[in-house]
Amino acid sequence: MSAGLPADQSVGTRRGTPVLEPGYTYGSVTEKISAIVLTRPTTRGWWLGFGVSFLMVMMLFYTISYLIAVGVGIWGINIPVGWGFAIVNFVWWIGIGHAGTLISAILLLLNQKWRTSINRFAEAMTLFAVACAGLFPLLHAGRPWYAYWMFPYPSTMGIWPQFRSPLVWDVFAVSTYFTVSLMFWFVGLIPDFATLRDRATSRARQKTYGMLAMGWRGSARHWHRYQSAYLLLAGLATPLVVSVHTVVSLDFAVAIVPGWHTTIFPPYFVAGAIYSGFAMVLTLAIPLRAIYKLEDFITMRHLENMAKVMLATGLIVGYGYIVEFFMAWYGGNTYEIFLSLNRLAGPYRLFYWALIACNIIAPQFLWFRRVRTSVLALFVMSIIVNIGMWLERFVIVVVSLHRDFMPSAWGMYSPRIWDWTMFAGTIGLFLALLFLFLRFLPVISITEMRELVAGTQSSDKK
Amino acid sequence: MDCSKHNKREGHPAAGQPLDLHAARERLRHTTGKTYWRSLEELSLDPQFTELLHREFPRQASEWPEADAVGRRDFLKLMAASLALGGLSAGCARKPSETIVPYVRTPEGMTLGKALYFATAMPLGASAIGLLVESHEGRPTKIEGNPDHPGSLGATDVFAQAAVLELYDPDRSQVLTHLGDIRAWSSFLAEARVVVEALKSTKGARFRVLTGSVISPTLGDQLQSLLAQFPDARWHQWEPAGSDGAREGARLAFGRYVNTIYRVDKADVIVSLDADFLASGPGGIRYAREFARRRRPDVPGGMNRLYVAEPTPSVTGASADHRLAVRASEVSELAEWIHSQLTSGRLSDTGKNSGSEEKNRWASAVAHDLQKYRGKSLVIAGEHQPAAVHAMAHAINQSLANVGATVLYTEPVEAGPTNQLESLRELTNDMKAGNVELLLILGGNPVYDAPADFQFAELLKNVRTRIHLALFEDETSQLCHWHIPEAHFLESWSDTRAYDGTASVIQPLIAPLYHGKTAHEVLGAFSDQPSRTSYEIVREYWKSRAGGSDFEKPWRKSLHDGVIAGTAFAPLHVAAKVASSSRAIGSAAQARSGGAPWEVVFRPDPAIYDGRFANNGWLQETPKPVTKLTWDNAAIVSPASAQKMGLQQRVAATGGEHGQTLSEVIELDVNGSKVTAAAWILPGQAEATVTLHLGYGRWRPGRVGIQKGFNAYAVRASSGLWSASGAALRKTGARYPLACTQAHYNMESGRNLIRGTTLAEFHKDPKFGDEDAPPKSLSLYKEYQYAGYAWGMAIDLNACIGCNSCVVACQSENNIPVVGKEQVMRGREMHWIRIDRYFEGDIDTPATYFQPVPCMQCENAPCEEVCPVGATVHSAEGLNDMVYNRCIGTRYCSNNCPYKVRRFNFLRFADWETPSLKLLRNPEVTVRSRGVMEKCTYCVQRINAGRMEAEKQNREIRDGEIVTACQASCPTEAIIFGNANDPHSRVAKLKAQPRNYALLADLNTRPRTTYLAAVRNPNPELETPEKR
Repeated sequence: MSAGLPADQSVGTRRGTPVLEPGYTYGSVTEKISAIVLTRPTTRGWWLGFGVSFLMVMMLFYTISYLIAVGVGIWGINIPVGWGFAIVNFVWWIGIGHAGTLISAILLLLNQKWRTSINRFAEAMTLFAVACAGLFPLLHAGRPWYAYWMFPYPSTMGIWPQFRSPLVWDVFAVSTYFTVSLMFWFVGLIPDFATLRDRATSRARQKTYGMLAMGWRGSARHWHRYQSAYLLLAGLATPLVVSVHTVVSLDFAVAIVPGWHTTIFPPYFVAGAIYSGFAMVLTLAIPLRAIYKLEDFITMRHLENMAKVMLATGLIVGYGYIVEFFMAWYGGNTYEIFLSLNRLAGPYRLFYWALIACNIIAPQFLWFRRVRTSVLALFVMSIIVNIGMWLERFVIVVVSLHRDFMPSAWGMYSPRIWDWTMFAGTIGLFLALLFLFLRFLPVISITEMRELVAGTQSSDKK
Repeated sequence: MDCSKHNKREGHPAAGQPLDLHAARERLRHTTGKTYWRSLEELSLDPQFTELLHREFPRQASEWPEADAVGRRDFLKLMAASLALGGLSAGCARKPSETIVPYVRTPEGMTLGKALYFATAMPLGASAIGLLVESHEGRPTKIEGNPDHPGSLGATDVFAQAAVLELYDPDRSQVLTHLGDIRAWSSFLAEARVVVEALKSTKGARFRVLTGSVISPTLGDQLQSLLAQFPDARWHQWEPAGSDGAREGARLAFGRYVNTIYRVDKADVIVSLDADFLASGPGGIRYAREFARRRRPDVPGGMNRLYVAEPTPSVTGASADHRLAVRASEVSELAEWIHSQLTSGRLSDTGKNSGSEEKNRWASAVAHDLQKYRGKSLVIAGEHQPAAVHAMAHAINQSLANVGATVLYTEPVEAGPTNQLESLRELTNDMKAGNVELLLILGGNPVYDAPADFQFAELLKNVRTRIHLALFEDETSQLCHWHIPEAHFLESWSDTRAYDGTASVIQPLIAPLYHGKTAHEVLGAFSDQPSRTSYEIVREYWKSRAGGSDFEKPWRKSLHDGVIAGTAFAPLHVAAKVASSSRAIGSAAQARSGGAPWEVVFRPDPAIYDGRFANNGWLQETPKPVTKLTWDNAAIVSPASAQKMGLQQRVAATGGEHGQTLSEVIELDVNGSKVTAAAWILPGQAEATVTLHLGYGRWRPGRVGIQKGFNAYAVRASSGLWSASGAALRKTGARYPLACTQAHYNMESGRNLIRGTTLAEFHKDPKFGDEDAPPKSLSLYKEYQYAGYAWGMAIDLNACIGCNSCVVACQSENNIPVVGKEQVMRGREMHWIRIDRYFEGDIDTPATYFQPVPCMQCENAPCEEVCPVGATVHSAEGLNDMVYNRCIGTRYCSNNCPYKVRRFNFLRFADWETPSLKLLRNPEVTVRSRGVMEKCTYCVQRINAGRMEAEKQNREIRDGEIVTACQASCPTEAIIFGNANDPHSRVAKLKAQPRNYALLADLNTRPRTTYLAAVRNPNPELETPEKR
């Protein structure tokens, strides 16, 4: 039984590949997942990975200090391209942060059993990605120490934010999304915290996990409340999945810049976000299951399903590109037509064609089952899509801005070293958080996996 | 340490012996690189001095004999005493006292916080313009033109606008030095006395004075009396950007020097033979205004027509109805064709044989047009053309009966007109022969800007005593014994003359910041009354001229008005000798025939002139009118020539079109002397002609101008001051980044940014520029209502000549920072108003359009909607106010601004430390910090000042009472600002004109700044069917 919904007996083995390999008992599932945190020694590989990402975090901190000391002029931005890497990265990270909640909430409500083993780390990934994303709009401001002026608080100056601006909507959308995702993730973790508390051998761990478990004793009342809360949060999170990237897309769509000012942006951005989010989940899941020997929990079924989602959303994104060109031609607007041609043949054409190759052409291979079931191919594909979605944001932000209405003001943008250190630094932050998560929290929901055990056992009898 | 070792080894004279100056000189000769010495004593390694150096307090130090060890008790005693004393002094240590005392009695006429305006004038080259200088509590902050001055009429050029920055330049020379040692003015006076006594015996035989063009009557008088005192002394003049051609041309035509004045507003047809008369040269500002007045298509008397033949695109050429790109040496040929057509009705044989069809057609069309408008036409020869062309222009004007109507001749404006090239040649010959013992250089920088073949720097070393008066310790100061800091004209008493001879008194706005001296005072040091101040000298000169009993009243009036009444020269009646003009052309043509393929043309730089403004950041950062280059000059070549040479330039990925262009470095070899320069491909440049602007490549300009551009003077020889044939160009293979703010020439199809038509078409369809704006109801938001004022601006594209005056005026008024070349290359320059330049038509002979773009102050402002914190808001009078304090710097507003007029402080661009620059700031305008967006405010501080004044008097603001900084400085009155709500205001009337259109109106931004479409007046005879 999952989250208060009646357990679907057949779901575990539908279409051949199971979502949990057979042969597990409640005990062995718990043992296997909790062992990663509790008994498995901290390997040299973990230290290496964490060390490298920690160094990158230090680089991020250095960049931020320098940025605050000197100003955003250390980046390559200029007039006309007032937004560069910072906003590209913001949208990219926010997009990545989509998959987690989508998997947890929407797939939960849609009763998709296969979400169970990937939801925990997908949610963690969401949180970390949104944290990375949140850094950018804050730090890209010329005077970041006043960024709190974007929040509606009763200021002594008697001034409120300017509510017509999509940036203010962004503040609400992103902060709400982060809060709800965090809540959802934490509530899901409570029974597992209790499991860890009970199994922990050291006093410090018992105390820490004990506090985090908030007194969970696994009583029927607890389970009842827990499942209602989890379901409610899922309901709350569901619209947010759609709203957050819709609002992010409005940052662009509300502006009058050719290439931004299109009504297709909200759905197209949401699809793109899911696309990149699933790509990132794949990028993380494939090495994870190999390293921690979780092939039984994260099965080919999961990977294949995610590939299918990628294919579907990739096609929506491709449709978005086509519609942009069609509307430019159909609308007959000089600036839109110019923008389209400038994307295809302007100074940034290589970026555009690379984007097409990564986002439109590459995912077509996912039509083939052989590709979908090849771990290596999926890993490469997920990396390609991640790059492609980053390029898409680059094309939207930079290529639209660099040549707009007045040719006299046309210019170009090229990133400087600090653009790159900032970007790489957030990747470091993301990975560092992920390494900590792997080390200290159960990567897969123990509770929900236990629920699946029943399904595999029943199918064994068949 | 080093010195003492030397001392022992070389066995220098023992203490007490007199200074060995010979040895000192010898030492200097054998040192390489930069050597600073503190005094002659050090230089000669005088042991006494060496000892002095090593024992800072020689007497006290002797208290403690080195040999004896100090006893413990003595040591403790001394330590205790010094500690006690130290404690005392530390306890009483005071910071330097800074008393802030309000005025107990306010100086007369001063209200704190309220600016005062004083009339003065700025001399530059061979003429001056009158100014009104805004002064805040005794410090000049902003320069406006003096409407009563004939050379200004209220407008200024870029140089005048940037003069305040020059005044406060922290790199200005600040002390009087002798051999690098700081001296007092009195010691210079004493030295001068000694010299004068010595000179008296030789009648000044080896005394030379070198000045620029002298247009100060007082200085001229002083020089004459000096020459009277020392009859064998010589006065030489050298102005690197001066016009010997104009002077000698007059002498050729009339047998004497005359000053030529044009009445541009009386001319229906104007032919410029390589004359950039709208933007440079005497009277340029006035001519621009007169030209623009006749440029409106509805002007009574009809629109004028301008023909320009020139080798390199200038703002005058850009304004032309028919511009012909010709090599500089071919201009004389053209002049002769026109002349022969006018006199004989056909082309001369030489013209027929050598000219291209295009030139023939142009010349005959010009001749026909001139013939048609006899007495109402005008031929102007360029300042940089040889005497023969000037003589020919005089002859043509005379044959067209233009003299007296559109051309007037007067006495020369200069105090001592002469052939300056010959004057300088004479001086260098004398220096070579060792005939110069004392050289007094009053201003100017001949070491840098004298013709290269004169080897001025080398020969200067032959002069025993060199005295240099200059604003900066420049290249020449480095080689002179005495350097005297010059008082800036805003710190000086002096006088000057305008293009028509009108005299003005230059009065100081501030006491000399660094005890600078004027040329009057330095020259006075060699007279019988050495200690007179320049005030006394100037005043006495005019007093002696006045004659009348009451001098005080007219003197005060002259100071107040900025002009001395009745000093304009009366027209002279002179007749040009046509024969000599033709002969001169003939010989010029002969000299021309046969030559290497490339011709080099030199021009004064439109931003830093002859190099004297090289340290002025405002001017350096002003995009040059046609090339839009900043911070550098370049070797300008035409697209076709570049193609032949395989030269390319490409837009860099950093900054792009609005920032950085990588050009190829070429080496110019002009008859043996070489210079490398970055090439710049410019449409409209004449074939096989390479243009180098003067003033760059200086090695001692100050910290701003150092290592900028390429030194054109290195290849500028006396034989080819303005153009030299026989140049060779070679690609070096290197690349050089140039900071170009608008590398994109094309307006792109479908974007009707600059609307233009011909006069004939305009008469057929006056509303050609008007396009349907979207309905007002399209906006989501409620429309603003304006009960009172609704500020608006109209910019006449027909009048704008792209001179940049508004750009620098805005920078000065609004405390706009200079960002430097590196930041310009990143696309981050800060100008609130920019002048867009577009080319249209053929790449070799394009039509050029200028479009000043300030903030449009949109009614439906895209910037306002997207600001998350409400830092840019709509004011009750329709301005888009920028609230710097509220701005957090998201730059969303700039992204959403279709006009891209917003500027962002990406770094801390404003200089908050340099003390002298604090004086420069306009106290009415915030100095912005980093991370803040800024943009044109329509000079909101001026609007508010005007409103306060009107409210105090309980009345409405009058039309024309509030003038924006750009409008005030505009020579052509292209920018008009006012209340668009008042149908009788000038701006409302202009906006009601059929030519009026809004930029990007289809975006429904409904801009407050609108444009009047350009109308050109081409000659139907030259119209070709394929080229409109």
